[in-house]
Amino acid sequence: MSTLIEQIALCVENGKVNMASPYPPQMKGQPGSDELTKQALEENVLPDDILNKALVVAMNKVGQKYSENKIFVPQMLLSAKAMAASMNHLKPFFQSGEVKRKGTVIMGTVMGDLHDIGKNLCCMMIEGAGWEVIDLGVDVKPETFIAELDHHPNAIVGLSALLTTTMVNMGVIITSIREKYPNTKVAIGGAPVNYDFAKQINADAYSKNPQDMIVWLEKEVA
Amino acid sequence: MKYKNLAVTNPSELIFGQAPHPVETRRGLKIGGGQVYAELNFTLPMMSINNDTLTDVYRHYREIAEGALTRAVELNSQGVVLEFETLLEMTKTPQTGIEIVKIMNGICEDFYQKHGLKSEIRLTPNDLREFERPAKQRTSALLDPMMELFEKGALAGGDLLSIESTGGKEVSDEALLMCDIKAIVFALAVLGVRDMQFLWKKIVTLARSHGKIAAGDTACGFANTAMVLAEQKCISRIFAALVRVVSVVRSIVAIEEGATGPDKDCGYEGVFLKAITGIPISMEGKTSACAHLSPIGNISAAAADLWSNESVQNIKLLSGMAPTAYLEQLEYDVRLMNEALKSGTADALTLQRLLVDSDRYTDPQALILAPDNVIRISKALVTGDSYVANARNGAIEAINIIEDALQSGKMQLSELETGYLPLLRDELDSIPDKESDFIEMMLPLLDKSKFIPSEYGL
Repeated sequence: MSTLIEQIALCVENGKVNMASPYPPQMKGQPGSDELTKQALEENVLPDDILNKALVVAMNKVGQKYSENKIFVPQMLLSAKAMAASMNHLKPFFQSGEVKRKGTVIMGTVMGDLHDIGKNLCCMMIEGAGWEVIDLGVDVKPETFIAELDHHPNAIVGLSALLTTTMVNMGVIITSIREKYPNTKVAIGGAPVNYDFAKQINADAYSKNPQDMIVWLEKEVA
Repeated sequence: MKYKNLAVTNPSELIFGQAPHPVETRRGLKIGGGQVYAELNFTLPMMSINNDTLTDVYRHYREIAEGALTRAVELNSQGVVLEFETLLEMTKTPQTGIEIVKIMNGICEDFYQKHGLKSEIRLTPNDLREFERPAKQRTSALLDPMMELFEKGALAGGDLLSIESTGGKEVSDEALLMCDIKAIVFALAVLGVRDMQFLWKKIVTLARSHGKIAAGDTACGFANTAMVLAEQKCISRIFAALVRVVSVVRSIVAIEEGATGPDKDCGYEGVFLKAITGIPISMEGKTSACAHLSPIGNISAAAADLWSNESVQNIKLLSGMAPTAYLEQLEYDVRLMNEALKSGTADALTLQRLLVDSDRYTDPQALILAPDNVIRISKALVTGDSYVANARNGAIEAINIIEDALQSGKMQLSELETGYLPLLRDELDSIPDKESDFIEMMLPLLDKSKFIPSEYGL
């Protein structure tokens, strides 16, 4: 019989949130990540093991499947929901410091721009990879990023833009951030930007997709 | 849906350059009246828009219009539409948008007087309501600058009025990512329809009072977003095809409220609108690869009355500025279509067939745009006593068509794709006929922090 850790990982990988969730059909009527995480904690399984050996491992597999075009985003979102159900039970351990995430990423679509589908996907994937994500939404001004950095001075910042007339705001935001937090790492993404533009505005990275950003976070920052 | 019958019932009559109800413009373009015209769409290169850069902004638009129309004259163009799809700052501060219309209209008039070149400006303000989240669709103060730009921009020479309105987008964004077809039907056939009725009454009234043309509204933020997500392998192509079909019931509301076309370029649902209502349409395909990739580069031209490029930045290419280069590409495409029309029905149908057959079975999104399938789906779309039922029936017919193509072996899709077919059919089958029953079914399932039901009259 598989361990609770393995069962939780399986639920996250397959997007099984709880007993009531009908998806995936082959797991109908079975407990999901919600119930199994609760049970694991009651049986004194280490919260850190639940995070790193079940949730992060499962989401890595999901990210890999997505990269290989074996699943679409909806399956990935269901996995993210299953992970979120587990994370709810782990919240007290994050607050007490018993369990630590890899770091904090502050994400936002830059001022003047309302496009957020890509940014939202990125947030979900990064969270699934074990990072705390603070999503500031759309049309985010420099001072909002700085205010959030005041609370999380070691956070990494991710900026998104979809327009040729808003991508320039990425440079403005980076300059503002660096005036107060010169060592803050910033990654950018979005349809009109590329590696050259990232270099031009002193961003630390250009990510063409969420997986790219995770790889950068893991290699360069973690 | 008010329409119960189709304006075009024969697929061979759903053809480029010819619409049952052509639209004639101030400078004499007869859109849908026997020939296809180029519709050029453009945007600024990388730059900020603020008081310090306004002179440069105006210079760019002047350069774009002059460059494009100069090339149009050199290519013996029969007419051009310039689509001025404003950037957010130009709608937020209507005076900026109005000034740009004035600049471009002056150039259009100059070319008309000097060279006899017929051109018009399609003015497409932004839907600013999206800035507020959740959006206040009916009560937002942001409606004021939008409507001011429509009115004063029209008076300044923006003769064709369009918008990509966003009613229902609060629900559809997440629904697209979850491939949730019921939520898509709710977003488009309930929220979208209600918002379109609200907005297009205003636009049509305004257009009529100034003798301008209420052209149309596309579901760009819905169905084109689905297409781009599918192209990026984020979601199923079958699902994206169904979103396109469902979007018809939302976009047709502009015409029900009095819009006459030409429908806007980024609405591939336009071909269904043409079949059902007879209005002329603008379409984009291979020439829009500068803005986004698509699997429907040729087939989208099969029934186009205006042929567009979606959007290109004003940047320098080896040949010249990009909008000028794209105008040339569009002109050669429409020259070919017009030559086929001039050569007679047989030649026109041959070109139509080649455009269709070269894409038809390569993707479900192409398949549903084949004229015979457009007619089949449109017949299903006008069946039913509510927009919800119309949308459901159209989408189910699209599934039937996709399944037929798969069973015949003419179209191949991965198992990852085909796995969606039974799920989507089941979901669609569960949608009731009556809007009120559907609303009752869906409201408890939706995140009401994302949208305000009362702003849609719910």
